[in-house]
Amino acid sequence: MKPMHLLRLLVLLLAVGCAMLAARAADAPDVAQDPALEKRVNEIGLELRCLVCQNQTIADSHAGLAIDLKNQIREQLQAGKTDRQILDFMVERYGDFVLYKPPVKATTILLWVGPFALMAIGLGVAALIVRRRGQAVADAPQLTEDQRRKAARLLADEPETRS
Amino acid sequence: MIGEIGHFCLIVALMLALAQGILPLMGAAKGRAAWMAVAQPAAQGQFLFVAIAFALLTTAFVNNDFSILVVAQHSNTQLPTPYRIAAVWGGHEGSMLLWVLMLGLWGLAVSVFSNRLPSIFVARVLGVMGLIAAGFLGFLLFTSNPFERLLPAAAEGRDLNPLLQDPGMVIHPPMLYMGYVGFSVAFAFAISALLSGRLDATWARWSRPWTTVAWMFLTLGIAIGSWWAYYELGWGGWWFWDPVENASFLPWLVGTALIHSLAVTEKRGVFRSWTVLLAIFAFSFSLLGTFLVRSGVLTSVHAFATDPKRGIYILGFLVLVVGGSLSLFAARAPKVGLGGGFTTVSRESMLLVNNVLLAVAAASVMLGTLYPLLLDSLNLGKISVGPPYFEAVFVPLMAPAVFLMGIGPLARWREASLPDLARRLAGAAAAAVVAAGVALAAGGSLLASFGILLAAWVLGTTVVSLLERTRNAGGNLLQRLARAPRLLPRAEWGMLVAHLGVGVFIFGVTMVKAWEVEKDVKMSPGTSADLGGYTFKMESMGEYNGPNYIALKAVIKVSKGERAVKTMYPEKRLYTASQMPMTEAAIDTGLAGDLYVSIGEAIEDNAFAVRLQVKPFVDWIWGGAFIMALGGLLAATDRRYRLAREEKKRATALAGARA
Repeated sequence: MKPMHLLRLLVLLLAVGCAMLAARAADAPDVAQDPALEKRVNEIGLELRCLVCQNQTIADSHAGLAIDLKNQIREQLQAGKTDRQILDFMVERYGDFVLYKPPVKATTILLWVGPFALMAIGLGVAALIVRRRGQAVADAPQLTEDQRRKAARLLADEPETRS
Repeated sequence: MIGEIGHFCLIVALMLALAQGILPLMGAAKGRAAWMAVAQPAAQGQFLFVAIAFALLTTAFVNNDFSILVVAQHSNTQLPTPYRIAAVWGGHEGSMLLWVLMLGLWGLAVSVFSNRLPSIFVARVLGVMGLIAAGFLGFLLFTSNPFERLLPAAAEGRDLNPLLQDPGMVIHPPMLYMGYVGFSVAFAFAISALLSGRLDATWARWSRPWTTVAWMFLTLGIAIGSWWAYYELGWGGWWFWDPVENASFLPWLVGTALIHSLAVTEKRGVFRSWTVLLAIFAFSFSLLGTFLVRSGVLTSVHAFATDPKRGIYILGFLVLVVGGSLSLFAARAPKVGLGGGFTTVSRESMLLVNNVLLAVAAASVMLGTLYPLLLDSLNLGKISVGPPYFEAVFVPLMAPAVFLMGIGPLARWREASLPDLARRLAGAAAAAVVAAGVALAAGGSLLASFGILLAAWVLGTTVVSLLERTRNAGGNLLQRLARAPRLLPRAEWGMLVAHLGVGVFIFGVTMVKAWEVEKDVKMSPGTSADLGGYTFKMESMGEYNGPNYIALKAVIKVSKGERAVKTMYPEKRLYTASQMPMTEAAIDTGLAGDLYVSIGEAIEDNAFAVRLQVKPFVDWIWGGAFIMALGGLLAATDRRYRLAREEKKRATALAGARA
């Protein structure tokens, strides 16, 4: 390697090093102190409604109340509370309205069971229909090969499908 | 004068709509051709007068005529002209006028393109549409007159909501309404078929292109709305299961079921009653959506109770439409024949299950949307039903539907063989499993790899479908693909393309859900932060004056290693007339994903909370929806729907070319 090239490489390395140092020096700090904790705060925040916003989770919102509640969650997590305990605390304070996932209780049983009950009924009815129509196939008079060909010819000539 | 002329035009349009609604229907019942002949000119005249009214209101907006109440409420002299036009549908009255305009446009289209249908049928279709139009024109004139005067005139307008000052919001409502209102055509066809007592495959064939076009517009409208929410609301979400969104999603789900059910009815003559019922419900859900959004019932049940005039009107109209059409259905449906039989494994039975799943999904979304309102109005407490609920319910319902979507197009009508299907689909299944394995190995969760499994399954089965359908053409894969546009009818293409769009959509949703990263940092000029392999460096920050706002604009240089990627300019704006602050996120859009930077609160002097997000493949979500809509367009322009005249022209040209 020629000395000229070596020098260039050195300068380049130095420049990169300086740039990296500079970048290090001016690192934008996380708004949160502890990113792992923040992740959990965010996960809980996604389940909670920002009560002063228009249909927004507190994880997404920058409103004052949302920030307060996020601080609350952070403190309680640091105090070693479980997710469940924190959600219960929020419900105690703000009612079920704060939960985006409504709790299962007498008044919400229809909400939770409804879709799956409907699916069961719907599929049941579909199964019934399929069985009945299957019977229709079995009962249908079988066409002879000749008749089948004639039918196909007629179908192909049907004017409306062509126009 | 403009206001009065506009008002007068709406009154004339109402009269014409009444004539269009009453005479042709009576004529059809009594067999009087002269009465039936009123339908077309009345529909065209009605559209003309609504269009004049709409043009006049637009003129008032462009000329800042603040003596008209809605202009004073939704516009401002500083508002740029394109947004003054968009402001026409920025408020309640104007958006209902847009609705009526779209309805008139569909009526016009039916009156022009239905020459080949029996005149008695067209008379009934236009008659039903006339009644709907009369209902909405009455709503405009009696509860929401867009030409209401404000005297003395205001010196300055209140300005358009800054959230709506955006190109996406200019096109979103017209697209959405084209879709919503378009289902009125499918509805009118269904009612006409019920009235005539001839509920056969012919009816389904006539109805199909109209339904598909309406569905296409609705798909586009929802996609554009979602895209707008993504870049304009400033926190990077794209679907919030908000009641307003659900209101548009309900008719989409039912409309999707309808498109498929119509296909079975046309091809095989089965599910006739069900198809009619879906056509009734698709439009009823459009009306329900309008009621939910327009009555104020969503913000609070109590807001609805304090000013119930509009809500009661639409609710009454809804009850009339649903009640009337269901009674008619109950009276006529028992006479409907059953059509051909089919076995357990057949395309019919798969489409039936798909229809059940889509209908149950729609019912569930409706349940989740209305349940809080119901509890609240019964004083049983206030609850919120949000994304965690809808995701828990929606995914288990849609996953089997997507699975069947892959098989359906390959299954034969009437009777298919399971071993045969398994053999043909083995390749696609293997590809899906491998893709899911790769996703799992790349650190994806079980749910993420399941999403990838579904996306790959859709892609794989679509490719298999395409290959099988072009097999007789000979040549290798590429040659066949190149010639495929001529080998397949457009309807088939449309189906394959739309299904592919679903796969693309699922891929986008899965990737962004599983692999997006975000971070909130405190940034001031000169600082930088790393996220997802990118370095975001804030170079500077400065103020500037927009046409009707003042803004703070940051310059953020993004690099990956040594390579500069992009310079991004996120803003925070304060709109002067309304004093509303807005976050304008900076987005670097790319096929492989977006970089999303939005400025939040000021933390201290010159330092702001900045949210950085890297969202892999997020644009595939809307891309998928656009591909679905493209599929709809292809299917709706299938040659058998195009005019006979065009057909003849092409035949002559082809003969000439061959000679």
